[in-house]
Order: sequence, then C-alpha cells, then structure tokens
Amino acid sequence: MNIYDLPDKQGHFGPYGGVFVAETLISALDELREQYDHYRNNAAFQNEFANELKHYVGRPSPIYHARRWSEHLGGAQILLKREDLNHTGAHKVNNTVGQALLARRMGKSRVIAETGAGQHGVATATVAARYGMQCVVYMGSEDVRRQATNVYRMKLLGAEVVQVKSGSRTLKDALNEAMRDWVTQVENTFYIIGTVAGPHPYPMMVRDFQTVIGTEAKIQMQEAYGKQPDVLIACVGGGSNAIGLFYPYIDDQSVRMIGVEAAGKGLETNKHAATLSKGKPGVLHGNRTYLIQDENGQIIETHSISAGLDYPGVGPEHAWLKDIHRAEYVGVTDDEALAAFHALCRFEGIMPALESSHALAYAAKFAPTLAKNQLILVNLSGRGDKDMATVAQMSGIAL
Amino acid sequence: MNRIAQTFSVLQSNHKKALIPFITAGDPAPALTVELMHSLVNAGSDIIELGVPFSDPMADGPTIQRSSERALKHRVGLHDVLSMVSEFRKENMRTPVVLMGYANPVEAMGYKYFAAQAEKAGIDGVLTVDYPPEECEEWVRCLEQHGLDTIFLLSPTSTQSRIAQVAKLAKGYIYYVSLKGVTGASHLDLKSVALRLEELRAVISIPIGVGFGIRDGKTAGAVAKLADAVVIGSRIIEEIEHSPQNKLLSNVAELVARMREAIDAQRS
Ligand SMILES: Cc1ncc(COP(=O)(O)O)c(C=O)c1O
Repeated sequence: MNIYDLPDKQGHFGPYGGVFVAETLISALDELREQYDHYRNNAAFQNEFANELKHYVGRPSPIYHARRWSEHLGGAQILLKREDLNHTGAHKVNNTVGQALLARRMGKSRVIAETGAGQHGVATATVAARYGMQCVVYMGSEDVRRQATNVYRMKLLGAEVVQVKSGSRTLKDALNEAMRDWVTQVENTFYIIGTVAGPHPYPMMVRDFQTVIGTEAKIQMQEAYGKQPDVLIACVGGGSNAIGLFYPYIDDQSVRMIGVEAAGKGLETNKHAATLSKGKPGVLHGNRTYLIQDENGQIIETHSISAGLDYPGVGPEHAWLKDIHRAEYVGVTDDEALAAFHALCRFEGIMPALESSHALAYAAKFAPTLAKNQLILVNLSGRGDKDMATVAQMSGIAL
Repeated sequence: MNRIAQTFSVLQSNHKKALIPFITAGDPAPALTVELMHSLVNAGSDIIELGVPFSDPMADGPTIQRSSERALKHRVGLHDVLSMVSEFRKENMRTPVVLMGYANPVEAMGYKYFAAQAEKAGIDGVLTVDYPPEECEEWVRCLEQHGLDTIFLLSPTSTQSRIAQVAKLAKGYIYYVSLKGVTGASHLDLKSVALRLEELRAVISIPIGVGFGIRDGKTAGAVAKLADAVVIGSRIIEEIEHSPQNKLLSNVAELVARMREAIDAQRS
C-alpha cells in the first residue's frame, strides 16, 4: 500500500504547490521553513500547542449525532464534528494558535494576517492579544463594509485593521497586501496565513495545525461507534477545515472524502467560487493550483453568499487530491446552503456558519442515497452568529 | 550576439551605463504604448522593460498596481502586449525589449506557445517575477530555444548559494532589487548597494542592473557609478499618471532625458 507522504521537500503536491514568489520573499520563506521543520518535530513545542488547544481553544471538540435531522432526511446518520464550539467560533483558531506559538519561538513581536469575512482576522487578533503581540489585519475595503461587526471585534481585541483598496478590494487583494507588508518588515513580523494557500511551507503548516480535527475524529469515532465514517464532508474555501478533517484519513481508502465548494448562483453562471469544479491550474499567491481566471490569465472575482468561501484559488493539496481522485469536489448553491442553515437551526438547535452550511447542504442531498446504518461525518467548521445579518437580509428581514 | 548583449557591449566600449525604463503595456491606454516606447528610446533609453498587466501584482507597490489596473480596464492581455512589441519592431530593430510580469498570464497562454510568439514579436528577454530559479528550469530552457534571455531578480536578502544558483541560469542581465520591500518604495541605501554589488560581481559575469527606489537624477547618477544599468519604474509611472494626455509623451521624455543626463555625467 502506498503511504501518502506529501508535500515533497520543495512543497509540491504532484504538480501543485511549490514556491512561486519574488526573490525578495525567498529568505523570509527559507527562515520560516527551517524553523517550522525544527518545531514540527519538537516535543516541547507540540506539547505547548496541545496544551493551548485544550485550555484556551476548548478542545477536543465533540462529535454530535444529528439524530432528528438524519431521521427527517431518511438515510445515513449525519454526525457533526463541532468546530463551532471552539473559542472564537470556528476551526480557524487551531491554526492561529499554532502559527502564533511559532512566531513567538522565532522572536517575532508583530503578526499580520489577511481576512475576508473577518473570521481569520478575529482568530489572529485573539491569539495576538493572548500572547501580547502587535497585530495588523489586512482586509479588502469591500469586505470591511460588508463585515462591520467583525472589524469592530478585531479592534476590541487590540488589532489594527487596514483597508485594502487595490484590485477587487476583497480577500485575494488583502493577501497580496499582507505579503507586501511582510517583505518590507520581515525582521520583526510573522505572517499568519488563514488557510492552506500561499507558498510552501504554508499549505503544509496550516494543514498540520488543522489536522487535530481529523486526528480527534478518528479516536472519537472508534470510541463512540466502533468504526470510522463511510463519508467525510467539509466545505472548501481555501481548504483548511477540509484538509484538517481529511488528512488523517487519506490512506484509509474505505472512507470517501467530499469537499464542497460554493456554487453561488449556480455553476453554469459566472457567479460562484467553485475553483476545483470550474477553474484551471495556474499560479497565484505563491503556489500552483486551480484558479478562477479569464482567458488572459487574470484572476476574476468570485461570488458566494458566504464570505469565507469567496476565494478564487484553493489549497494545492486539494488540487492534487482531486487529480488523483482521492477526494471528490462538488458545488452547493447559495440557496441550498441557506436551506441547510435553516434546517440545522430547526432540527438540531445549532446555528451553523454559512460556510459550513455548504457542507451540510451536500450531506442533506447525499444522506438519502445511503443506508440508515451508514455514517456521514460533516465538519461543522463554524457557528453562524456572524452570519445573522446576511441571513436576515436574504430573507428580506430588517434587523 | 543578441540585442541585449549587443547593447551592453556598445555601451561598455563607450564607457556608458544603460538606462532601463519600465512602463506597463496599455497604461494609460493601449493606443499610446508603442508611441511611448519610441519616445523612451528617443529620450535616451537603452532597453525597455514592458510590464504585462496582472490582476494580482503581489511584488509591486501602489504605483505599479494602479498602472496595471488602468491597463486591465482596457482588457490588455498578453496577446495584446505581443502585438504592441511587433508594432514597435516595425520602426525599431535595435532597442531590446524585456517583458516583465507574473507567471499566470504566461501559463494561461501556454509557455511554449508564448516563447514562440515572443520570439516572433521581437522580444529579447523575459522577467517573470514569481518564477524563482528552482521552479523554472524548463521555462529557461524553452526561452533559450527561442533566443530569449531569462532575466532574474536578486535582492539584499539573497544568500550566497542562491546567488550562485541564479548566476547559472540568468541570461542578459541581472536585476538587483536595491531594497527590501515592493516597487515604489523610496529609501535606497547607496552604501549597502555598493557592498552588495561587489559580492555579486564575484559570482556573476553578466551585467547587473539596479532598480527599486530610484526617483531622481542624483540617485540615478550615483547608482550608475556602481552598476551597469539603472532601472526606473515607479517614477515614470507617476509621470504617466499625473500628466494630462496632451503632455504625457513630452513629460515622460523630459524625465527620461534628465535621468540620461545624470547617468552620463557620472561616466567612470
Ligand atoms: C466557519 C468557516 N468555515 C470555513 C471557512 C473556509 O476556509 P477553509 O476552506 O480554509 O476552511 C471559513 C473561512 O473564513 C470559515 O470562517
């Protein structure tokens, strides 16, 4: 049996990943790679990380059987990995704790981050406060307007929020701007990327920090059900919550893995963010991966009801898992996600993030095609409090 | 000898340094680019770096980002840039043209097809900002087969082993980025540039150009004393940005002529 062991030393997952950056960034990435290679296998570091996840984040997150909803759907049993119960309300904090601890060991006093919806920005501002670091968050001016509450949360936590007014003024432009900050102030600054994107070692490092999701799930499933799930389902923006759940299962071919992208107003329209379904391979943000682009190779704006999935790229490891057919990637529309959001509220008393609602929507479609004794594990990547304004607006309700 | 080598060889025998302006193709409007290129040459430029607009210019500061956005408003793509160079070549067979841009537009076109078309259009070198040497050996070979030089960047933070690695692949000239950061920043430290160039010269045999942060004749002159070529980008883009249409060509030409004068005054 082949043991999955990627990326290679240069950060490649097959033809994807790698280091596609200007020379000015190379030494910063070299330093990061060397330091991370060291701490990746350092027991003291890993213990500190585990300890923080337990006492600060509140891990392990439970697996919950959505019994009433499963019965209503009339097929496989749907189980939820409750990342929504983490401190700050999403899986994002697993990664920011890991990177902040690394930043501290590297002697960096300032952390920066990009954010779209503001979830990763909040998770970064949170750990920066926790460890006493200066924090600057880059956010597209379009997103600042759309996500005013999260901007205020970041400020309450002591972060400076910088509005990015270039390009499409959204997440991808915030990432560009954070990279520009990093090259200019690399001596004292650590760039905390929020998903499994960017140049090597980021896709590997963020995956490693998020793998706690799947590692816990394997143990919890064995304990509670005496077996592993038949299917894993997770939403894919950049792909960090999905890879966090999938990674420990990659060598276990009996477990199907399904990533759900945002199909927005429909895959046949040009208003979606379904990078793996509709994109083509190319180079952006330091790695080779699938991208939503026009015929000239310009990156084009994406659309999704959920800001966290609204990204024109995708982590290179997902690109590879797609090509080798180890994982499947499907699309779920805004309307389908919204229906799943309401269903989970009503059947289980859990308000999911709109990102996670995409995974739930696919589970709802898929469950009836399976037998009642089969198990689907859905990564409930975050809670929906942040999305109330969007949901109200979509339903034509003024708050 | 190709046009780039020829240009440096003539300059050297005249004890002169190269002036390399950067403009973005299609900024402020596609119809102006070829005319602008001719006027850059007439004002004393030796090589032209022509930027290929890209939606996500991660290594560029606000000035060049804006110029890329202006060009993209006109939907200028790599095909258009190649046509502009073909057009330029109808009147000028002497001045080297180097395309500078990001990997994705080239990959979207297909890099083999691109190399063939670039050769046909009369392009001399290509600098792909986000193709570091370890990711692009095939690319370098492909460009070489079409007689195109691969230009690489080196920076203040490049290690000795990287410098050696780049030295092996680089053709035409090396572009030394004179400060940490992005294009358009403005604090070039001459002393550290001088020290660094000495180190580079020990390993690199092709000409070395210096750019990033050269904004006035004084700095251009001082850099010309140290390097083989002076690259001026953001300052020219600013002139394009601030000039009314009817003054654009003459303002840019005046700026370039001033830089030329300052560089020649430093003749070593
Ligand atoms: C709750 C939640 N889920 C998912 C995502 C998408 O990111 P990723 O694909 O990296 O998990 C986000 C991003 O903001 C998020 O907030």
